[in-house]
Amino acid sequence: MGLAARPDGRTVSYEPQSSEGWVATRLDFLVNWGRANSLWPMPFGTACCAIEFMATAASRFDLARFGMERMSFSPRQADVLICAGRVPFKLAPIIRRIWQQMPQPKWCISMGACASSGGMFDNYAVVQGIDTIIPVDVYVPGCPPRPEGLIYGIRMLQEKVLNERRMDNRLRDEINPDPASQLYIPPSVIDELGEPFGNSVHQTRQAP
Amino acid sequence: MTEKFDVVRAGSAVPDSAPPVSPRNVQHRGGEPNATARAIVERFPGAVSRTEVVWGETTIFISPESVLEVMQWLHDDPAQRYDFLSDVTAVEYRDLDQPIEVVWHLRSLPFRRFLRVKAQLPKRPALEIASVWSIWKSADWMERECYDMFGIRFIGHPDLRRILMWEQYKEGFPLRKDFPLRGRFSRSEQLRQALAQNPEAKYSMEELTIADAFEDLPDDMRRRINSGARTGE
Repeated sequence: MGLAARPDGRTVSYEPQSSEGWVATRLDFLVNWGRANSLWPMPFGTACCAIEFMATAASRFDLARFGMERMSFSPRQADVLICAGRVPFKLAPIIRRIWQQMPQPKWCISMGACASSGGMFDNYAVVQGIDTIIPVDVYVPGCPPRPEGLIYGIRMLQEKVLNERRMDNRLRDEINPDPASQLYIPPSVIDELGEPFGNSVHQTRQAP
Repeated sequence: MTEKFDVVRAGSAVPDSAPPVSPRNVQHRGGEPNATARAIVERFPGAVSRTEVVWGETTIFISPESVLEVMQWLHDDPAQRYDFLSDVTAVEYRDLDQPIEVVWHLRSLPFRRFLRVKAQLPKRPALEIASVWSIWKSADWMERECYDMFGIRFIGHPDLRRILMWEQYKEGFPLRKDFPLRGRFSRSEQLRQALAQNPEAKYSMEELTIADAFEDLPDDMRRRINSGARTGE
């Protein structure tokens, strides 16, 4: 029988009595299976999304079901950075540093509208999406997202982890920001990402 | 305060005073002004320009030059004793001719009184007013915030620098009416400047009282402190 993936790719079965004490499986699968089911989150909660995140971690929604009950308040022992809430410019170097302190393999979930795009805070103080500072794996929309929404995002991240290949080195490459400007994507892209949208197009950049 | 501190039960300093007004029977404008308003006009006839009562709260307008003198009296006078400064802020009106108002919210715990003091600052390049830090130490951060957001310099403040925005912030004063909502720079430039700030370069030697541990500090920190620099840029 052995330790083998079921067709859905998420669960394994192992029957000790039916085998002779050894299992054979793909290394890729075994490693990813272990990683996906023991993601330690680094909660970076700055606003109301963090309340929903706490609800997700509490007993009713119970993140422990996904092996995530161990909140890692040190980035050095964390696997997933969950950015819950708006990030003002003053926090930009801090979240960048937390991300750089996390060891590989690491992933990032951007939880909520503000972390993903700046949300309704299209103003002078708020970063227009944390993907302008650090790479993001999963965006969870919502203002704030319900715990089910966050869990859906976490399941998507687990799926992503399960489909990684050991041979693909690019996955674990650290993206080094440009030493002069500390930006890791071109300024023109950041300007484009920060363009106003929705209702905020009616507001002008010029002062009255 | 020069006099010796004595315990006063809240609201009991005036023996036969009326009970506090409940919110339900307060009229919007007008009504009986605070007892302080009358006393202050008698004491500083030239300084007070007008008094108004809104929702039962008294506002007095004083001239910017007399701030320190009036505040000191409000704090020290045994019949006033405004011992709690609950807010320092400013108001700028959209009308360009209107002056900027600096607002102090004072509370007298012994007399259960609230007083709003406003001083009108004409719009000049340098907005300056006296700091009340020497009277109420709680003015420290509130005046810093007011400086950070409006650019009003409080003369006599011991450490007037930005508190909400980072110290190298170059775009101006965000709550001023001539400040565009999204800031003056492009998003990439804002992010570049934000990432260039050094989150640890915020404290001076005196603030940290780490003089004893100087030898144990990291090299870069020792160099920075030796050079007298506070900011990282």
